[in-house]
Amino acid sequence: MSPVAEARMDEVLENVLARCAPEPSSLISVLQDLQEEVYYLPREALDQVARRLGVPRAQVYHVATFYRAFSLEPRGLHTISICRGTACHVKGAEKIADMLRAELDASDGETTADRMFTVQSVRCLGCCSLAPAIMIDREVYGGVNPQKLRRILKRYRDED
Amino acid sequence: MKTSPISTPAQLAKLAASARKAFLAPKPKILVGAATCGLATGAGRVLDALREQTNGKLDGLRVLETGCIGACFLEPLVDVVMPGQARITYAHVTSEDVPGILDALAEGKVYEKRAVGRIDAEPFLLDDVKKNYRRGKFAEDVRKVPSYEKVPFFAGQLHVAMRNCGYIDPSSIEDYIAKGGYSAAAKALTEMEPEQIIEEIKTSGLRGRGGGGFPTGRKWETARKAPGDVRYVICNADEGDPGAYMDRAIIEGDPHSVIEGMIIGSYAIGSHEGYVYVREEYPLAVKRLRLALRQAEEMGFLGDNIFGSGHRFRIRINRGAGAFVCGESTALMASLEGRVGEPRAKYIHTVESGLWAKPSCLNNVETWNNVPVIIARGAEWYASIGTEGSKGTKVFSLVGKVNRVGLVEVPMGMTLRQVIEDIGGGIENGGQFKAVQTGGPSGGCIPSEYLDSPVDFDELTKLGSMMGSGGMIVMDDRTCMVDVARYFLAFLKDESCGKCVPCREGTARMLEILDGICEGRGRPGDIDLLHELSEAIVDGSLCALGGSAPNPVLTTLKYFSEEYRAHIEDRRCPAKVCRALIRFAIDPDKCTGCAACVSACPEKAISGEKKEPHAIDQTKCVKCGVCVDACRFDAIEVKQGSETE
Repeated sequence: MSPVAEARMDEVLENVLARCAPEPSSLISVLQDLQEEVYYLPREALDQVARRLGVPRAQVYHVATFYRAFSLEPRGLHTISICRGTACHVKGAEKIADMLRAELDASDGETTADRMFTVQSVRCLGCCSLAPAIMIDREVYGGVNPQKLRRILKRYRDED
Repeated sequence: MKTSPISTPAQLAKLAASARKAFLAPKPKILVGAATCGLATGAGRVLDALREQTNGKLDGLRVLETGCIGACFLEPLVDVVMPGQARITYAHVTSEDVPGILDALAEGKVYEKRAVGRIDAEPFLLDDVKKNYRRGKFAEDVRKVPSYEKVPFFAGQLHVAMRNCGYIDPSSIEDYIAKGGYSAAAKALTEMEPEQIIEEIKTSGLRGRGGGGFPTGRKWETARKAPGDVRYVICNADEGDPGAYMDRAIIEGDPHSVIEGMIIGSYAIGSHEGYVYVREEYPLAVKRLRLALRQAEEMGFLGDNIFGSGHRFRIRINRGAGAFVCGESTALMASLEGRVGEPRAKYIHTVESGLWAKPSCLNNVETWNNVPVIIARGAEWYASIGTEGSKGTKVFSLVGKVNRVGLVEVPMGMTLRQVIEDIGGGIENGGQFKAVQTGGPSGGCIPSEYLDSPVDFDELTKLGSMMGSGGMIVMDDRTCMVDVARYFLAFLKDESCGKCVPCREGTARMLEILDGICEGRGRPGDIDLLHELSEAIVDGSLCALGGSAPNPVLTTLKYFSEEYRAHIEDRRCPAKVCRALIRFAIDPDKCTGCAACVSACPEKAISGEKKEPHAIDQTKCVKCGVCVDACRFDAIEVKQGSETE
C-alpha cells in the first residue's frame, strides 16, 4: 500500500461504507468503490469490510478474486485496458499488447516499475466500431496504432 | 427548465405538449453525437469549440449532446437543425470545422465540406407522426444533400429501439417526454389491467433481445402468477458478448426508454422493486442512467402512486464487476446479492424463484426499451414487422472488416447479405468476405453460402449459430477461422466460473488442442477429439456459457474444415495469421531505409543502414506485425512457413 493511501485508508473506508447499506449484499459495491479510491484492495481493508458487513472473510476473498475488476496487488496510477473483444481481435488487439510491452516494458496484468501504468486485458469495451481500442482509466481511444499509442502515452506522462 | 412532479396522465400530456413545442421551436439547434464512440473520436473537443464560439452569436441557438445514431464510421457526427429547412448531418467533424459550420448556419447555408445526409422530418414513433422541418421551399444547397432514405447506410434501416438515439439530449427528461416518452407508462398504469398488458406483449410476439429469444409475454405471465408478495424486475445491462454494444448505445442515448419499459413491466407483474445490472466498463452509461433515475424520481414516474394509479416502483443500479458469466440470469442474481456470479441449476426458473428466492423477471436492455413502443403503438403494429417467429426489429452491431461499421437496426428477416453489403457497404480494403460471426461466444461463424439467409432467431439457430445479443462481426480472407475459434475458446476458458468440471476443464483442454493447431503442432486425431470434448461440455454444463461454449469451434469445423486441415496437415495458415506458421520479410526493392519499422518494432528485431534496405532478424521477431502498419512503402511481406528458405 502506498503511504498516502495507508494514511487515508480508514477515512476512505468510512466514506465508502457510509454510501452503502451495512449488509452482505453491499459487498461488491463496497469493493468497487474502495478499489476506485485506492486502486487496489489492501488486505487490511478486506478484513475490515468483512467485519463491518458481516460477511465471512473467506467469502470476501472469494468475491475479490472471482471478479476481474478487483486487484489484490497494488496498481499503477493509470490503468490501460486492452479491449479483447471479437472486433478488436480480428483487427489486431494482440498487436497492441505487443506495442505496449515495447513502450512500457509491462505485459498483460503487470504494472510499470514507476507505478505509472497497469496494463490489463478486458472483455469487450463495447466500442467495436473503433477497433482496435484501448481504455485508459475511463477514456476510450480507438483505431490505435504505434504512432497514436506513443502520443497518447506521452500525454499521460506529461500530465503527471 | 424545472418542472413539478406529474401525478396524472393529463398533466403529462400538458407537459408533453409544451416540451414538444420547445423541442420543435423554429430555432437553430446543433446536436453532437456524444456517446462513448463519438467522444473517443473527438466529439468532446468539437463540443467545447462549439460552446465557446457560439456564445451569444446566434439568437436562440442550442448546442446539445445526443446519443449514437448508429453511424459510428462517420464519427464525430454533428447534426445541425436549420429552422424551416432540414436537419443536416455532418461527418468526421473536427474543431477546425466549427467556425465554418457556425458561419454557414448564420447565413442559413449548408457547410458542404462535411455534409453527408439530410433528415427532412423529426420522427415521433410513439405517436406515428413525422414533423417536417421544412417551411416553404428547400434552399438549393439543402436540396443537394442526399436525404437519409438515399444514404445507403440508413436506407434499409427501421429505428424502433433506437427511436430517440441521436435525436434527443439523453440528459433531458423533457426531450424524452417531448418524443412521447412516459405516455405509454401512463396509459398502461391508468387505462390497462396488468393481464391486459401481458396479453398485449404476448400478442406482439416480442422475444428476449439478450440472446435466448424467450417470449417476453410468457415470462411476464409466469412471474405474475408465481406465488408470493414480493417480486423483482431486473434489467440485464451486463452486455458481455464481445462485439455487441447496442445496449450501451441505448442507455447512453435514451436511458428513460429502459426505465419506462421497466415501470410498465413492474405494474404488469406486480413488482415494486427493480434493479439494473450494468457493466462497470460502461462508465458513461452508468452516469446517464443515474441521472435519468433521479429525474424520473423527481417527476414522480418512480416512487409511490405513479400517475395516481396506486402503483409504487423504485429502481436501483448495481454495477457489474467484470465477469462475463454474470450475463446469465442466475449468476446475475447471485451477483446482485453480493456473491460470486456462479450459475445454479434451473429446475426452478428465476421467474418463480430468483433474486432473494423471490419471483424475478429479468429482461435485457433492448427488450425493456421495446415495451413502451408496443404499448403506445399496439401489439398488432409491432407484430406486423418481422418474420413469422421473430417480430419487430433488432439492433445489430455491424463491425469487423466491413466498410461501414456501426449500429444497424433492421426489421427481423432481412438477409445477412442485405445487412453486410447494402448497409455495411461490403468488405473493407477490397477484401473478400469469408464469414460473419453472430451470437457472441455462444454463437457461430456463418460462411458466404448462407449470406442470403434471413436474420431471425430460428434461422440463425438452424445454421448452428444464434442471434445472441446482436453482434455481427464480419471477417475477411485475412481472418483465420482456426484463430477465431481459438480466440473464443480462450475467452470462454477465462470466463468459465469453474463450477462445472466439464466446462472448466473441457474448455481448457479444447484450447490446448487449438493452441497446438495454431502453433503447427496439430495431430491427425485433433478434430475428432474436439468433437468429443464439445459433446461432453454441452452435456455436462449447467448454464448456457458451457452449454454453448463449443459452438464457435463446431461451426468453424463444419464450414471451414479445410482451413483446419491446412493447419494440421500442411502446417500452413492460409490467412497468414497464426504466428508460428508465418514469417515477415522485407522486400529490398520496396524498402527505402526510412527506419520507421525499426522504431516501431517492440523486439528491436529490425536493423539496417539508413537509406539502405533493412532486414528482420528472424530469431528475435515475434511476428506481431507492428512493422507492417508502420511501413509506408508496403515493403514488409507476410510469407507462409516459419523458416526462411
